[in-house]
Amino acid sequence: MRGAPLRIHLAFKLATALLAVAGSVVILMALTRLIPGDPATVILGSRATPEAVAALNARIGLDRPVGEHVLVFFAHLLSGDLGEDVFNGRPVAGLVAAALPNTVALAFSAMLSAILFGVPLALLSARNPGGKTDRVVAFLSVGFISTPSFVVAVFLLMTFSVTLRWFPVLGAGEAGAVGDQLWHLVLPTAALAVGWIGYIARLLRSSLLEVLGENHIRTLRAYGVSEAKILMKYALKPAILPTIAILAMGFGELLGGAVFVEVIFNRPGLGSLIYDAIRTRNYPVVQGGVFITVLLYVLTNLSADLTQTLLDPRERSRLAAARGT
Amino acid sequence: MPALLQIARRPGGGFALFAVTVICLVAIAAPLIAPYGPNAIAPAKRLMDPSFQHLLGTDHLGRDILSRLIYGSRVALGVALSVIAISLIAGVTLGIAAALSPRAVDFSIVGIFDIVTAFPSMILALALVAVLGPGLGNVVLLVSIVFIPHFGRVARAQTVALRNSPFIEAERVLGAERWRVILHHVTPNIIGPIFVLACMDIPVVITIEAGLSFLGLGVRPPLASWGSLLNDGYTYLEQSIWLATFSGLALILATLGFALLGEAMRDTLDPKLRKHL
Amino acid sequence: MSEALVAIEKLNVSYPGATVSAHVLDSVDITIGHGEAVGLVGESGSGKSTVAFALLGLLADDADVSAGRAAFDGRENVFATKEAEALRGTEIAMVFQDPMSALNPLFTIGTQLIDIQRRRFPNERRSQLWARAERVLAEVGMPDAPRRMRAYPHEFSGGMRQRVVIAMALLVEPKLLIADEPTTALDATVEAQVVEALRRLRRRTRSSMLVVSHSMGLIAELCDSVVVMYAGTVVESGPVKAVLRKPLHPYTRALLACEIDPYADFDPEQELATIPGIVPDPARRPSGCIFAARCTESHARCSEPPPHRQVEAGHRFSCWQDASR
Repeated sequence: MRGAPLRIHLAFKLATALLAVAGSVVILMALTRLIPGDPATVILGSRATPEAVAALNARIGLDRPVGEHVLVFFAHLLSGDLGEDVFNGRPVAGLVAAALPNTVALAFSAMLSAILFGVPLALLSARNPGGKTDRVVAFLSVGFISTPSFVVAVFLLMTFSVTLRWFPVLGAGEAGAVGDQLWHLVLPTAALAVGWIGYIARLLRSSLLEVLGENHIRTLRAYGVSEAKILMKYALKPAILPTIAILAMGFGELLGGAVFVEVIFNRPGLGSLIYDAIRTRNYPVVQGGVFITVLLYVLTNLSADLTQTLLDPRERSRLAAARGT
Repeated sequence: MPALLQIARRPGGGFALFAVTVICLVAIAAPLIAPYGPNAIAPAKRLMDPSFQHLLGTDHLGRDILSRLIYGSRVALGVALSVIAISLIAGVTLGIAAALSPRAVDFSIVGIFDIVTAFPSMILALALVAVLGPGLGNVVLLVSIVFIPHFGRVARAQTVALRNSPFIEAERVLGAERWRVILHHVTPNIIGPIFVLACMDIPVVITIEAGLSFLGLGVRPPLASWGSLLNDGYTYLEQSIWLATFSGLALILATLGFALLGEAMRDTLDPKLRKHL
Repeated sequence: MSEALVAIEKLNVSYPGATVSAHVLDSVDITIGHGEAVGLVGESGSGKSTVAFALLGLLADDADVSAGRAAFDGRENVFATKEAEALRGTEIAMVFQDPMSALNPLFTIGTQLIDIQRRRFPNERRSQLWARAERVLAEVGMPDAPRRMRAYPHEFSGGMRQRVVIAMALLVEPKLLIADEPTTALDATVEAQVVEALRRLRRRTRSSMLVVSHSMGLIAELCDSVVVMYAGTVVESGPVKAVLRKPLHPYTRALLACEIDPYADFDPEQELATIPGIVPDPARRPSGCIFAARCTESHARCSEPPPHRQVEAGHRFSCWQDASR
């Protein structure tokens, strides 16, 4: 019986998530109707023949009412069809599939390096709250968080690629050459990770301080368990749990930042795909790209929720109890 | 003013007040202090290094970087303040309305808030600009949409908390109209958090505007936004690093200044908010 | 061996405030002999827990601790941070009052029982520590101890968790065992079991014990002598039997009157006794007798500091009234 609320909780989360994804598509399509003038005319230019305009409208689905358009989109989605590129007729699904690995690699390497630097900073900070290190880390994290990722990207490019020439300027590296690709990943990762380092350092610090004030930590101190062990083992685990959920929520901002980083470093990816499509008013590609991005974001949040549940023995037993009944 | 003094005493608070004051003064006095017109082109003086004539150098069209940065502060602050004003008014109205409406209406408003916040804010802004097209007015409008739920949620939560409180019931028994009573009590309760929230959202709005302008989806040339300046600097990075450097620094000064100010304000005005914001 | 295990004279603890500092303990004397069990009794706010925490060096960082003498097992100055730290979890161990929060929810009982032994037995292998933990857990009355070692705190009932907390204290074989309100968080039936467990252990081990409680009943069951505290001062101390038979200080009498005698016949007419008034603000302590404001027998002299008087062997109290009464 105790497990029931959890199952409902997860189902509710899933439902809201899917609703949000569906809602995003509906909003996008509805807004497309608000474009002053005819989208197809905007795309093709004012000298296009009426036949060409009508044909394009039919291809994008703009000749149908919004409701029908949305339904058609989802019907096609079920068979893996995200629509066609307006200009060359290539399937959007294929474009997205080609771009996705680059973006995922970038996002994950950024997340990983952010954890690698952010967690130690938080630990250093929480070791002596109010101390010198803590204040330095606090200032650094605000600075890291508030500096826009595209400013960081341009500055990194300027310093390390243009001035010092240590790193390649543009592109994602040669296809198949893993070393070269990793080399091309360094600066974009750094640009994206900086804000995240600050974010993690700050969230985890306050979470750690809260845990360190709890009674079970006092118990360990009363038995002379070393401060290092208390911090790294007994405080870190409970402190990380609430941080995970917030990190996942911020993953969306990471995807947003990826647009800039991909554009600035000229990397193929979901962000630059959407960007190019926006500039050329390639609506199906925008729709497909945004849809996949939102889906990715929502799935990340769901898996974070699940991770959090699985890391907490109390939640685990609730889950087990739910399965038993 | 004791509040200002308290803010100045917070870590980073002095810097925050300094940075924000400087930016505001520069924006107000732009025509007086800018040494050149922001769009005065001088093809003979392209991409010059800083000198006494051009303290921060010139861009690819020979325009004075300092003057363009000074006028850029107007775009940044103007967009930030209009967005905050629009989303604050719309959000608070919707939030209070949702809390006082029948369940179905409340549920749909909250649902719309949820969907809007389900989008990563930059992606949402990009998607909207894709539909509406670039331009300063569109940027203000669509970034406002992104921020409405921020204020809406706070206003709704506060109203819901008050809706069922006994003293509201008591006043209703005494014959006061329900919404009037609630507005009377809600307003003082939400002013603090809303104000802090607005201040903390300013750097985010500045970042989004600059970002869209950087991508060429915000202001239209020749209007100077720090984001479009950064993009100009990025484009000509191989020839001259000055424009990219100074416009980047201007952005950092503004976002860091407002972020620190927001935090200092949150800590002094309402320490309870620490957990939630 | 004539020297006591714990000899503390004139212990003062205060917290510096913005304007005045709060005096939490004022000239407290406590002596605990080898193998002796001493009870520390008083209302909440009397400073009894502060004494326990001071012994372990677990007071907040800003606490100002000073003592005329502080000896533990022949070593002087044990309130100096380093000395207190060295005693933690080796020679002094503590049973905390709230078993619900005293254990870390994210680690198994076994993990926690092992880590608290590391300071005491630095050279033993994990398997040895595990075996000892299993054995002691069984000793305190945990059924199926080997399996329970792998369980998480939330899988235990309150009484079982209290046993785990007691097992922790016993694992390090301390010379002094401090029990801070060991039964307050428990149901009456569970309380009886835990008291029984503590009593059995007292008979078996030779360690001294300091029981901190607001309940004279619990102390009478577990202890040889008792120290009655009021508002940070010791008002009466002596052998439990002597103090119970002939309480000399008006506060002790009032405290005893508040206890419900579980063996007396139920008397609906009987009113529950309470002590009128409140404990004085530690920042504004009166110059004379600290209890005078609430004492039913106070008179003019009580505005002067009361004398320390002794009747029979070891039975002391501080009051202006006639000791022969």
